Amino acid sequence: MLLFLLASGLSLIFGVMKILNLTHGSFYLLGGYLGLVVLQKTGSFILAALGASLAIALIGVIIERFFLRRFHLQQLPQVLVTFGFLFIFSDIATVFWGANPQTMPRPEFFAGSLQFAGLYYPTYRLFIIGFGLCVATFLWWLQDGTRVGAMLRASVDNEEIARALGINVSLLFTLVFGLGAFLAALGGVMGGPILGVYPGADFEVLLLGFVVVIIGGLGSLKGALVGGLAVGLLDNFGKVFFPELALFTIFAPMALVLAIRPAGLFGRE
Amino acid sequence: MIALSVSDISRNFEGVQALAHVSFEVASGERRLIIGPNGAGKTTLFNILAGSYAASSGRVVLFGRDITRLPAYVRARLGLSRTFQITNLFYRLTVLENILLALQAGKGATSPVLRLLQRDRALLARADALLEQWELSDFAKHAAQDISYGQQRQLDILLAMAVAPKVLLLDEPTAGLSAVEVPRVKAVLRSLPRETTVLMIEHDMDVAFEFADRITVLHQGRLLAEGNVEAIRNNAQVTEIYLGSD
Amino acid sequence: MSAASASSSVKSRGIAVLFLLTMLVLAVLPYLLSNYYLGLVIEILIFAVFAMSLDLLIGYTGMASLGHAAYFGVGAYAVGLLAIKLHWSVWSALPAALIVVALVAALFGLLALRTRGSYFLMITLALSQVAWGIAFGWRSLTGGDDGLPNLPRPELGAGWSLAGDRPFYFFVLLLVGVGVLLLMQVATSPFGFALRGIRESETRMQALGYDVWRYKFAAFIIAAVFAGLAGTLYAYYNRFVSPDYLGVFRSAEVLLMVILGGAGTLVGPAIGAAVIVLLENVISAYTERWLIVVGTIYIMVALFAPNGIIGFVRDFRARRVKS
Repeated sequence: MLLFLLASGLSLIFGVMKILNLTHGSFYLLGGYLGLVVLQKTGSFILAALGASLAIALIGVIIERFFLRRFHLQQLPQVLVTFGFLFIFSDIATVFWGANPQTMPRPEFFAGSLQFAGLYYPTYRLFIIGFGLCVATFLWWLQDGTRVGAMLRASVDNEEIARALGINVSLLFTLVFGLGAFLAALGGVMGGPILGVYPGADFEVLLLGFVVVIIGGLGSLKGALVGGLAVGLLDNFGKVFFPELALFTIFAPMALVLAIRPAGLFGRE
Repeated sequence: MIALSVSDISRNFEGVQALAHVSFEVASGERRLIIGPNGAGKTTLFNILAGSYAASSGRVVLFGRDITRLPAYVRARLGLSRTFQITNLFYRLTVLENILLALQAGKGATSPVLRLLQRDRALLARADALLEQWELSDFAKHAAQDISYGQQRQLDILLAMAVAPKVLLLDEPTAGLSAVEVPRVKAVLRSLPRETTVLMIEHDMDVAFEFADRITVLHQGRLLAEGNVEAIRNNAQVTEIYLGSD
Repeated sequence: MSAASASSSVKSRGIAVLFLLTMLVLAVLPYLLSNYYLGLVIEILIFAVFAMSLDLLIGYTGMASLGHAAYFGVGAYAVGLLAIKLHWSVWSALPAALIVVALVAALFGLLALRTRGSYFLMITLALSQVAWGIAFGWRSLTGGDDGLPNLPRPELGAGWSLAGDRPFYFFVLLLVGVGVLLLMQVATSPFGFALRGIRESETRMQALGYDVWRYKFAAFIIAAVFAGLAGTLYAYYNRFVSPDYLGVFRSAEVLLMVILGGAGTLVGPAIGAAVIVLLENVISAYTERWLIVVGTIYIMVALFAPNGIIGFVRDFRARRVKS
């Protein structure tokens, strides 16, 4: 589910603006760290989640507006810029928070676990799954059910005409980027109690995000959901049974998808 | 001899029937015009003939050989060459380099041969000759993106011709050209060897009627009429579908 | 002889002269520099080949890869394992390592070349991370995080050891020189020419009769093998191999070298390699924040010099000619 939050942002940004956002991993990482800071200062998980995500969304908006917008549809400069920020943020995080992993306490409301069919499920993880589904529904509604969504789809289909119709495409794009960053950061904060907040999470999570998007298909919300679930399950599966070949368990399905449907299960191009 | 045979070609895109049961034959050396209003499926037909994408059903036969399932580059090597509706050049390479790439393909040097390119005098001589013939010698060192649109269109055709094809597909060769530039392209068209079978999509009716041996008319994905210039000119249905459009 | 062929043979003669001069200068350096600086030059030579190999993919074929370090690392690990565990001499270990790299590249290429553009970018990164994961996780084979220590410098037989820095330098210079010559040959051959065509328009190349996939596959493997060569040399130089030979950062660094120097020029990436190696050495003496510097350089290059140093110089001269 966490992967879904991350991958949906990546997929969204690519589907709309054709930008492969390498900085996405940083959004996750910094989201986690900032969330930790807010949590430590205020004790409120909700505040941490919202505050950190909004802050990161703002950073995302600034990056898009001043560094990415000028490179509309130019892949290589976009790669350079987003890669650059990925490294800069990675190092900044190390400067402020050191090289040691941090732990984030679980929100009290969700401490403990529920018993279900003879197995114990940590309540927090159930919450994340539920929350993820809500976000998915919200995003799907946004895309298909609202005027904003319609304007967005128009801009993706034919940008020139959309602009000619008076749609403020640039603003929409910036907002989408911000939304993507928001989702990634949210994933970072919510993942904190389970996975911890540590240096290197940005690269790890970015890689997993890529695999999700490769399997599910870039630009597809459904793909992000299915892919996220699949990769999440496989990753855990692999860590338990084949710890020495950890990445192999996600490599195999990725290779399979590539061999059969290179555009991803639900991909469009 | 039949150069190209198209049998019952259909193609649909997610519910839109772009082509439906189109069949016709083109004789060797013939000049066949494909005309029809916008959206009739002409470029789709070309894309299927060239192998850019597959037909939903039907067969394409080139000089007796079924090429329906063959990829584009194999068809090219079998002698089927094409130009593009939207000029498709190697823009950052020079005009000379564009021609050289086309000539190099024709030589069959398509396996990784590690020879020195500069040493191939014969190839360079042929390229120079072509440029000379089409008055592009002065622009040999210019990047393809820096020459005029008319010259680019001309170059697009030259690339397709450089490989000495048996069947040439010309997709709207005069599209977007000003009145001054059209004669240059017309000259290229007239210079095509008689043995080369040519299929041409064209909107400019003067060019079409001047050039054609036979004309195939497409309308909404179907074959509407076929015949020589006179027959098509006098065809009431054809006139009707063009009234008000173009 | 036409104008076109005349100017190109002048050009190739000029390049040959430049190459020989550079080799001469490099051959003399060991007698002028201390071991520390000589080590720097060795690193520059190794990374120059590495960067030039990536240029074949990016600058020539137009395939931007984020995982080129995979082949650098596989080459290093192959030669390391063969030398340490099986005691193979450099005469057999090095060629064998290159064959291993070619095989891995063939496998990865089959998968990656199912895609293009952004997907290709992601796949190459993912594949290199899988390689990294194996290097990191398979402790019994690769030593995991600790890597492979105590890799001896090559013994050439007949008592010729490369343990000393100066003899090793000449070894590297020789192999790099041969490697660069081969790369230049590939780039200027009809094959290399076709790659440039592919970069400009794949569809046109298909329409002309080129089997584009096969060209890309060949380019992919060739680029990988030269990266692997650089990797083996780096392994012998450091006497040590570790997972970060394969890591994201290594891939990112070599990508930067290519772009900074100027993609598509072969000599540009070599210059880029020199700049980055020197910068890293200088900056690392003052601060640990090398990542921030690299990140900033990335953004600067994108904003101000996307065609790299060579491109910048070319534009500069063009502008001067105009005025």
